[in-house]
Amino acid sequence: MTKDEVFKKIVDILGKYSKTEIKMENISMETSILDDLKINSARLVDIVLDFEDVFDIEVDDDDADSVATVGDGVNLIMAKI
Amino acid sequence: MRKRVVVTGLGVIAPNGHGIEAFETALKNGESGIRFIPELEELKFGCQVAGVPQGVDDICSRYFTGEQLLAMNSSIKYASISAIDAWKDAGFEVPEDDSEQVDWDTGAIIGTGIGGMDTIGEKIVPLTNAGKTRRLGSTAVEQVMASGVSAKVSGLLGLGNQVTSNSCACSTGTEAILDAMYRIRHGLAERMLAGGAEGASPYIWSGFDAMRVLNRTRNDEPVKASRPMSASAAGFIPGAGAGILMIESLDSALERGARIYAEIMGGAINCGGHRMGGSMTAPNPVGVQRCVQNALTDAGIEGSQVDAINGHLTATFADPYEINNWAKALGRTEQDFPLINATKSLIGHSLGAAGGLESIACVLQVYKGFVHGSVNCEDLHAELLPYSNSIVQKTRETPELKIQAKASFGFGDVNACVLYKKWQA
Repeated sequence: MTKDEVFKKIVDILGKYSKTEIKMENISMETSILDDLKINSARLVDIVLDFEDVFDIEVDDDDADSVATVGDGVNLIMAKI
Repeated sequence: MRKRVVVTGLGVIAPNGHGIEAFETALKNGESGIRFIPELEELKFGCQVAGVPQGVDDICSRYFTGEQLLAMNSSIKYASISAIDAWKDAGFEVPEDDSEQVDWDTGAIIGTGIGGMDTIGEKIVPLTNAGKTRRLGSTAVEQVMASGVSAKVSGLLGLGNQVTSNSCACSTGTEAILDAMYRIRHGLAERMLAGGAEGASPYIWSGFDAMRVLNRTRNDEPVKASRPMSASAAGFIPGAGAGILMIESLDSALERGARIYAEIMGGAINCGGHRMGGSMTAPNPVGVQRCVQNALTDAGIEGSQVDAINGHLTATFADPYEINNWAKALGRTEQDFPLINATKSLIGHSLGAAGGLESIACVLQVYKGFVHGSVNCEDLHAELLPYSNSIVQKTRETPELKIQAKASFGFGDVNACVLYKKWQA
């Protein structure tokens, strides 16, 4: 899977949890998941569970805690698939 | 000085209709919301019929975003739908999801009898037992915390006054309305969304089925299964839904020119203490009578002034006892007994939501001037035959209806009685 494909899948996942409509053209690797996408911080655990299901990987707690931006998610997943 | 309290908004999702217009029509026409539930047959329940709101997925897709629906089990969906309806009916707009607006003068007391049992049964127990607590994610707690139903509503509407959930079994909804009335009376809030919600799940109903308090004799005739006051009553029919009222200080309602459905004259809440014939599951008759009499005192009226009663009347052995208690408490005889009906005959017994749903029926009755028919009691219980002139079996127009009593009684020997009065400016 390419980095672009991973990026697109992550944006799809984040769309489920955002209080605002997410437009792909407004998202970059630097986009903050909590601040820019208005996602409740409690939902980060659900997002990590979705990462595991969609990419068939395991994410330990330390790795999960390191995800703050879309880019953090892309890099984490690229390192595991 | 205590403030006068009125009802300015109604929200209802019932087994026989969503929204006050559909609910009123169903009540007037005697349309039952009791249906056969195949899942209950598969699970070998004795009672295989129930009252469950219909079309909820479609309603949810119109009312909520995907993000809002992430953590909404059935009781939270019902509470949220009816709270939004009551809010809009009272003349308010639902704020945008990302709005920073908080209404500090409006709160919510929305109770539930059993709570998020569907979430517990479908997710928490199986995943925890499998050693997969991590897979519960973040959405489990907010669906099973006892205050889940009110907490969600505060987030949807930006409520900033007291937001809580009460629980006292089958009198939950009526207690919520009275607690909200007290808060407004004392000047602690201008408006409160108040009522009850109960989910639809075999996990909520199975314990009642085991107790054999559900009717297991009419699985092939769902609309005839809920039979309050009938000689062939053989237990209640489980129900689900939510009824939520916007309760407001008269001052606030007049100031903003709100439509007033009814005044809440007063009420009372007590417990029989599981003594004098009372128990966990049976009411102490002295407790019931004191509750009704205390409600009259609180409202400043005599028992002779009550025009109609919406009973608790679940279709168990207790119905005749209940009517006897009403007669004693109000000082009325078989000859001058108020009109009485049982909304549960059409929607079943929705436990913690019952007082909310039935209060919606009461407020509609005093506002519109009717008493809806109580179905399935054509074979009146022998002890109730002397009251037959007062038992409303077919909907009656009652323009003279001014004061309507509503009571709910619950496991734990708890009682709650509220008195609604037709609003006359």
